Amino acid sequence: MSESSLRVVWVYPDLLSTYGDRGNALVVERRARQRHLNVTRIDVRSDQAIPTSGDIYLIGGGEDRPQRLAAERLRADSGLVRAAENGAIIFGVCAGFQIMGHEFVNDLGEREQGLGLLDVWTTRGEGARCVGDVLADIDPRLGLPQLTGFENHQGVTHLGQGVQPFATVTVGRGNGTGDGTEGAWRDTVFGTYMHGPVLARNPAVADMLIRLALDVNALPPADTTWYDALRAERIAATTRPA
Amino acid sequence: MAGTESEPTGARDASLPARAKIAVTAGKVAAAVSRKAGRGSGSVIGGKVALRLDPDLLATLADHLDVVLVSATNGKTTTTRLIAEALRAAGPVVSNALGANMPAGITSALAGGTDARFGVIEVDEKYLATVARDTHPKAIALLNLSRDQLDRAAETRMMAEKWREGLQDTEAVVIANADDPLVTWAASSCKKVVWVAAGQAWKEDAWSCPACGGVMQRPGDDWFCQECGFRRPNPHWALQGTHVIDPQRGAWPIQLQLPGRANLANATSSAAVAAVFGVSPQVALERMRSVSAVAGRYDVVQYQGRDIRLLLAKNPAGWLETFSLIDGPPAPVLLSVNALDADGTDTSWLWDVDYERLAGHPIFVMGQRKLDLAVRLEVAGLQFHVVDTLEQAVRMAPPGRIEAIANYTAFQQLRKVVAG
Repeated sequence: MSESSLRVVWVYPDLLSTYGDRGNALVVERRARQRHLNVTRIDVRSDQAIPTSGDIYLIGGGEDRPQRLAAERLRADSGLVRAAENGAIIFGVCAGFQIMGHEFVNDLGEREQGLGLLDVWTTRGEGARCVGDVLADIDPRLGLPQLTGFENHQGVTHLGQGVQPFATVTVGRGNGTGDGTEGAWRDTVFGTYMHGPVLARNPAVADMLIRLALDVNALPPADTTWYDALRAERIAATTRPA
Repeated sequence: MAGTESEPTGARDASLPARAKIAVTAGKVAAAVSRKAGRGSGSVIGGKVALRLDPDLLATLADHLDVVLVSATNGKTTTTRLIAEALRAAGPVVSNALGANMPAGITSALAGGTDARFGVIEVDEKYLATVARDTHPKAIALLNLSRDQLDRAAETRMMAEKWREGLQDTEAVVIANADDPLVTWAASSCKKVVWVAAGQAWKEDAWSCPACGGVMQRPGDDWFCQECGFRRPNPHWALQGTHVIDPQRGAWPIQLQLPGRANLANATSSAAVAAVFGVSPQVALERMRSVSAVAGRYDVVQYQGRDIRLLLAKNPAGWLETFSLIDGPPAPVLLSVNALDADGTDTSWLWDVDYERLAGHPIFVMGQRKLDLAVRLEVAGLQFHVVDTLEQAVRMAPPGRIEAIANYTAFQQLRKVVAG
């Protein structure tokens, strides 16, 4: 295991890092180092090429205009799509999740083409913005504990046949479609609306990304005392009647 | 009414139109009732009542004043105070010194019934265009823009766009930070701009060009967009080390009681504002020396026999500036974070703050969201203690002055605790 190394690519922090998204990169790095892995983190700015040799790609949330710029540059670059075809792990949050789909509505109110990595498409919600703490049950096939996070989005994301919902909300809005779905996944590609950042609230999800990248069924244990305390506090606060 | 710093003389009340007079009086009554009920200074409720009776009251009150507006994400309360001190060299000043910075609080402060010549007004970013329209300012100081409370505030670039649209016809001299691309974008459509190289340590909100979206190049202190040519303007004024450089290249030492680079920047912008009204940098800076704490910020207090310095940091840019001014290790550091409505309910910004910089300090964390902080610090690889109360932190902390850094409501709570 000590021979193993992990290349973590953080996609476009100059455009998609509005909601503490650096936290997801820091948590993956930390959890991997605690397992004595050699971690290389590669932050790729939007005027640089996306390397195709990464193991885990993280794409964060962003404001409406940066999201359009990111989609334009990612379509032109094609590195992320090739990495996905090679079986890399891809994890997108909020705006990053929407970009991974077929299309979303951009800051100009127009339909903007995404990367088609996930069979989802996003429209603009007519109702109030989805803002607040979320609790959800993750797809049981992934074998992960309850998902906790914070959502803040106007988009409504519809899932096609080629993906599964990442989770089903018990509190909050998730994809905003009214059917309780939250995020989407297939194979090694994942999208979620959860900020928080989501991997700090859910270290088991970070560990899953590392397991998939290493293609192993289990990792050596790593301390989760403070994560567990935070999760318990957030879950209690979210389920407490207002 | 609370929030004013000059003595009420009643001189100007007498010259107000009847409707304005009634509105001012009703506002004072409402404020007094609110104060008696123990609900704070009453300045906001007083202003609300007065504005309902006379919607033009703010404009009427501002009519007799040379108005200066100050807006920014960080440093607006302190800078408002520094400018107010500087301008007192030229005449009496009325100011919303307690930081009530939306139209009601501003109206309340100006209704203080004074014979002031200057109105120095801190304005919440969202209300700047409206207040500028109502008060016909002579000068507007724009210090910085960065991410803050994204769960409810407008996006940062949208705020710059709002400023740009709202201020393009202003007759005011706009004093703007040339080191902040978003502020520069907001100010560059104004007719009269005085550019100040005040610095901006936080860069994460301006990597894409506010004009065209191109990737910003930022070599050293410079910045420019390779795609559309939008670039840092040549500054008229600059902060250089601990000196203000004026447009004639004169260098003036800044000697503040307030700590930190950010306050040197605030003093530089304040000197540029004072010069608009004929107050020289020498006189302005001399007067700024008298400011020791602003609404409790930077205040060194005694609690249970220990010195504690109270520092307010509300967002990543603010934390970054605060880390650069605290005493080095082994000074104990207390961090307190809440996520009440006034703080913003999303704590994800904690991950934009480089807590790694606290390595070597004994660290104590408290506040409503102490566990979010605990995970943040654990991932940063730091040692820390989670405590429930200030008393507990003080008991456990090794000797030395404690640097207490807190966000908005956590800061108010700390102030209450140390006040007993």
